[in-house]
Amino acid sequence: MRSYLIIFFSFLFVLPTATAESLVPPFYNWSFQKLFGGYENDAAQRGLQVYLEVCSACHTMKHLRYQDLALLDYDDKAIKAIAAEFRVTDGPNEEGEMFERPALPSDHFAKPFANDQAARAANNGAYPTDLSLITKAYPRGSDYVAALLQGYTDAPKNFPLLEGRYYNIYFRGNQIAMPPPLDDNVIDYQDGTPATIRQMSHDVVTFLSWAADPYLEERKTLGAKVLFFVFILALLLTAVKHRIWYHITHVHHDD
Amino acid sequence: MKSSIKNALRWLDARLPVVTFVRQHLVDYPTPRNLSFLWNFGSLAGILLIIMIVTGLFLAIHYTPDINLAFASVQHIMRDVNYGWLIRSLHMNGASFFFIIVYIHMLRGLYYGSYKSPREVLWILGVILLILLMMTAFLGYVLPWGQMSYWGATVITNLFSAIPLVGESIVHWLWGGYSVDNPTLTRFFVFHFLLPFVIVGVSFLHLWALHKVKSNNPLGIDITKKEDVIPFHPYYTVKDLAFFALFLLVYLSVVFFVPDFFSEPENNLPANPLVTPEHIVPEWYFLPYYAMLRAVPDKLLGVIVMFSSVLILFLVPWLDRHPVRSGRFRPLYKQFFFLFVINITLLGWCGAHPPEGYYITIARYATLYHFSFFLIIMPLLSRIEPTRRLPKSIYEDTLRVLHKKK
Repeated sequence: MRSYLIIFFSFLFVLPTATAESLVPPFYNWSFQKLFGGYENDAAQRGLQVYLEVCSACHTMKHLRYQDLALLDYDDKAIKAIAAEFRVTDGPNEEGEMFERPALPSDHFAKPFANDQAARAANNGAYPTDLSLITKAYPRGSDYVAALLQGYTDAPKNFPLLEGRYYNIYFRGNQIAMPPPLDDNVIDYQDGTPATIRQMSHDVVTFLSWAADPYLEERKTLGAKVLFFVFILALLLTAVKHRIWYHITHVHHDD
Repeated sequence: MKSSIKNALRWLDARLPVVTFVRQHLVDYPTPRNLSFLWNFGSLAGILLIIMIVTGLFLAIHYTPDINLAFASVQHIMRDVNYGWLIRSLHMNGASFFFIIVYIHMLRGLYYGSYKSPREVLWILGVILLILLMMTAFLGYVLPWGQMSYWGATVITNLFSAIPLVGESIVHWLWGGYSVDNPTLTRFFVFHFLLPFVIVGVSFLHLWALHKVKSNNPLGIDITKKEDVIPFHPYYTVKDLAFFALFLLVYLSVVFFVPDFFSEPENNLPANPLVTPEHIVPEWYFLPYYAMLRAVPDKLLGVIVMFSSVLILFLVPWLDRHPVRSGRFRPLYKQFFFLFVINITLLGWCGAHPPEGYYITIARYATLYHFSFFLIIMPLLSRIEPTRRLPKSIYEDTLRVLHKKK
């Protein structure tokens, strides 16, 4: 234990200086990062399709429920249909058995693996991060994830790329365990948008940013109303204050 | 009807003098007429304390203090609970604003000599409140059980292992085990819930002491005649209210439009004891002390320096013996005071960066100045800084200023 603590503290005082150079992600100017901006709904809906058809093969989004999709303008029927495509374990039933059933809108997003160990085993020992909060887990997270998805290139000559790792210019250390997930036309968009890597990255990051902060639009709308109210209140109270204080701040010689 | 209410209140007041109490302390309380906006931060801190307790109560209703459920329960608050995102944003950002307010409040006290006789006990109670606030904030930051929650808790609790002989036992006792784990989270939740009520109690002592010795003022001179003061109500009730509304504009702008402004992205990853974050940084309000901790190459000394950097505030009334209170009439002290403010900001900046290269050099000099300000400059100036002639009274000075304006 003591040696562990000593290592820990030497780590604190002499932080590692060696970090492989990774590029700073570009600014993508997301609509939802503007002061009163919200999510592009069609992009977010396409992004859901990218998540369901590509990402969800390995990545969980365990903090989301299917019914949350109502915020992206899906109606009850559509949500039921999306949920029904996934099977979840429920139970025990009256016989004491666990059983599988189609997911319901109130269920959390189905998980691709039974447990974390199974997820690791299927992915070269690397754990596919839960995506519920991924765009909030890094500085400039939305830019970072979008850049990362488009950051796969061939490794430079002499780069010591490990077995089962891929070269990515935006990933710290440049060696990422996730294989390039996107390829042109890897999915067929329901709305006919051409599925380029760039387009899919934009769409899926819009969806993930929504997932990390689903109440952003309500927050900004309510915020504008509240601040307007408080502004008027502050104005009135300041006026009242000056009125009440008038004979204190304007003491006259005859006083 | 009206007279029957009056009679009832009179009946009550004869048995429990609440009416007299309110009149004495919230209505008639004589307050210097010349207080600047810097005197608004005390009442502001009081109102924010109530906001924190109320939002905290609602969060506690939906939160689960269990290492396997805590992170998810915070997400449950953010996603499923009606307006949970708003309650959490108010609470989370409220902590940062609490420190902004309290730091301004204390710097005001330091500049205007509000700790000098007869306000020593008032000041000491204030420092106790600061320490309680720091403890509460630290405990609260652990509850979401993200990466920074976990590693912050690990680093800070480990500091106690620097104590010779009993250090390790103390750390295990704090943890309730051999690492930061479920017993740690449960007790941190309990104490995070408890301490705010202790803060309420000490706040009342702070107010009690204040109302005994009366407020200091920008001139730092005593109240000498009845024209120097005005009743608390309506003058300061309306001023405090107006200032609170202005504060709300800033606070709610952050709450609604940049709710993650003060927070560390890495805390959106669930705690993982196997993965140490590259840079473990505390919340911004602890950065200066963190910088001082790391400026010292020896662990035990570093811990002592860090704790002393706050505890030294207890001694301020006896380190600064200069007869003049207000920095306005102490040109020498004034310069060192502003240097102190710049210096502690600089320390915060160092604390946010890894302790290497010039960061650590700057942090070392800044630590030296932090302690020199209290231990050398204050006692030295008490002896050598000339005493200026002060205004005769608050009222006279008000008239002089008004006359000049004309």
